[in-house]
Amino acid sequence: MSDFAYDASHLLGAIVLLMSFALLYQNRLFSLLHVYSAQALTLAAAAAWKGYAHDETHLYVTAGLTLILKAIIIPIALHRIVVKLDIHRAVEPAMSIGATMIAGVSLVTLSILLVLPVTAEASALTREDMALSLSVVLLGLLMMISRRNAVSQVVGFMSIENGLILAAVGVAGMPLIVEMSVAFSVMVAFIIFGIFLFDIRERFDSLDIQKIEQYRGEQE
Amino acid sequence: MTLVAAIVLSPLLAAFLLAFTPGLKRAAALNIAASSAHFLLALTLLWAPHQSTALFLLDGFNIYLIILTTFVALTTSVFSAGYIATEVKEGKLNPLNLRFYHAMYQAFLFTMLLALSTNNLGVMWVAVEGATLTTVLMVSLYRTPAAIEAAWKYFILCGVGIALALFGTILMYMAAQPIMGPGMAAMTWTDLLGHVPRINAGILNLAFVFLLVGYGTKVGLAPLHAWLPDAHAEGPTPISAVLSGLLLNVALYAVLRFKMLLAAHDEALAPGPLMIFMGLATLALAGIMLYRRRDVKRFFAYSSIEHMGLITFAFGMGGPLANFAGLLHMTMHSLTKSAIFYAVGHAVQARGSQQIADIRGLTVSHPALGWGLLLGVVAISGLPPFGVFMSEFLLVTSTFARTPWLAVPLTVGLLVAFSALIMRAQQMCFGAPSMPQGRPLSGALVPLYAHLALVLLAGLWLPEPLVAWFRSVAALLGG
Repeated sequence: MSDFAYDASHLLGAIVLLMSFALLYQNRLFSLLHVYSAQALTLAAAAAWKGYAHDETHLYVTAGLTLILKAIIIPIALHRIVVKLDIHRAVEPAMSIGATMIAGVSLVTLSILLVLPVTAEASALTREDMALSLSVVLLGLLMMISRRNAVSQVVGFMSIENGLILAAVGVAGMPLIVEMSVAFSVMVAFIIFGIFLFDIRERFDSLDIQKIEQYRGEQE
Repeated sequence: MTLVAAIVLSPLLAAFLLAFTPGLKRAAALNIAASSAHFLLALTLLWAPHQSTALFLLDGFNIYLIILTTFVALTTSVFSAGYIATEVKEGKLNPLNLRFYHAMYQAFLFTMLLALSTNNLGVMWVAVEGATLTTVLMVSLYRTPAAIEAAWKYFILCGVGIALALFGTILMYMAAQPIMGPGMAAMTWTDLLGHVPRINAGILNLAFVFLLVGYGTKVGLAPLHAWLPDAHAEGPTPISAVLSGLLLNVALYAVLRFKMLLAAHDEALAPGPLMIFMGLATLALAGIMLYRRRDVKRFFAYSSIEHMGLITFAFGMGGPLANFAGLLHMTMHSLTKSAIFYAVGHAVQARGSQQIADIRGLTVSHPALGWGLLLGVVAISGLPPFGVFMSEFLLVTSTFARTPWLAVPLTVGLLVAFSALIMRAQQMCFGAPSMPQGRPLSGALVPLYAHLALVLLAGLWLPEPLVAWFRSVAALLGG
């Protein structure tokens, strides 16, 4: 692989990670969705570039699906839900931005320390892609913990998924990537659009997860 | 192998048919008929040769689980027919949701059987993910605030769990790919097993940790068990029965397949101690949590967590005896716990409340049901002569023989859970009925007593072929 191909893949992976950090400090739902769709767009570019550089045509399908579903359709649908439900006010994070960012940096350090030593035999690109994608996964987890809003939690979940696709794309010749990304998207689509957002709204007048957590079913 | 394909695809066909079947009675009858067909098909696997293709794998381990799964699915479909009819009569369920419910029931069964029979780790992951999707939708069936919250929690926690499992699967492929070359072979379990000794141990270890935590979430292992009681309590009771009886087993099956891969590698970390630790932690936590439950379905959901901890502990110990105990316990727990949920479903409908305080005196108001529930609880708490006693006894003695100090926390955990179960069973079954008139029972108690009879039979006498079968699987599972 030429140096340029390597540099470009590395750059795209790093941008995906950068977008994960950007997701962490957004305090408005619209900007959150914009950043998410930028992340998905970068992921699509990374997948397509990998497909081109390694001659793996099935990665074009992954790139196309990511572009259409995750960069365009899901953000637009979430956008419409946010408008329709009139919840585009600023959302309160459960942790302060500063603390979240520090936690984020530590998670990235952790994933590098975890992945690089054990993958000494793999190619440089695969190792770094793995470290990057584990960071994206962990940052997505952090986002799900640090946000209370249902839409933010869904975005956090989908960014975890982006990290996983990045990992799958990074390993040479990984089969079933397309099937896996479809399975994930179907799950998100079904659950989010089919059921929860409308229903949570109907029942609670709020998408604040904290408010539904009082329905415990039993008094402790 | 066409037989396996037929077994896996027949629930999918049934799901499509049920999605277009109007009318409750017809749908319930079709559901039962389809489930019986799967069970009969699965029984023919007993004579099928153990072999593998790129997509499917058949060995003693999964044949036994496929038969168990289809059997519990069959009895649950019988229970479900009566249960759902009552719920509709009382206006708790919208008849429109029912077509969806029955189709999802079969779709869930499809994902379970696919996860059990596949030889491809990627397909296994997709199947477990599909199982999450179908069960989340079924848990939210009642559309009450509590049901939606339970489904949300389930989706979020298990979504994260399966995401971690996928990361583990990708790592596993990444470890195998330099040795086995790119492509499907590095995702195929039997091929991996052949090549595993040459795979990089570091990545393999990292992958297993992700897989254990990821699939462990679906097993209900602490500390990621929080979805389980809510999902069991707020969904329809037939779903609680299949969650406890089938889904937890299948998730554990996935963990064990990876454990077998690690065991074949000399330098990889021994998965045993990790599983022993998680199993004991789960057992202890669930045992203590049992005391504070007021809701009967939550109570038994914690008991499921406790037993999954026990089974994980057993397989963590490894070796012929502990593995045998684990396999037997998996079977006994599936049968007993689903029987208990059948009884609980009837009891909740008869009293119109899920609070334990409202279910007092069941043997007085509904003798057949009350005694059935009592027998179920006696069985699950591990008293002789039931099968659960056999497997727990085997587990404790084998632990005591090999690492005596581990037997101490194990026994303490068992006793803590035991006294909680007996205490609550006494409250529910005896005393003056909290609601003397009570509503009459709807639906037959056949599935309940059929399961209890099997568990009793296993406690008194295990047929020789079954013992031989479990022995060979225990040897397969290794140390």
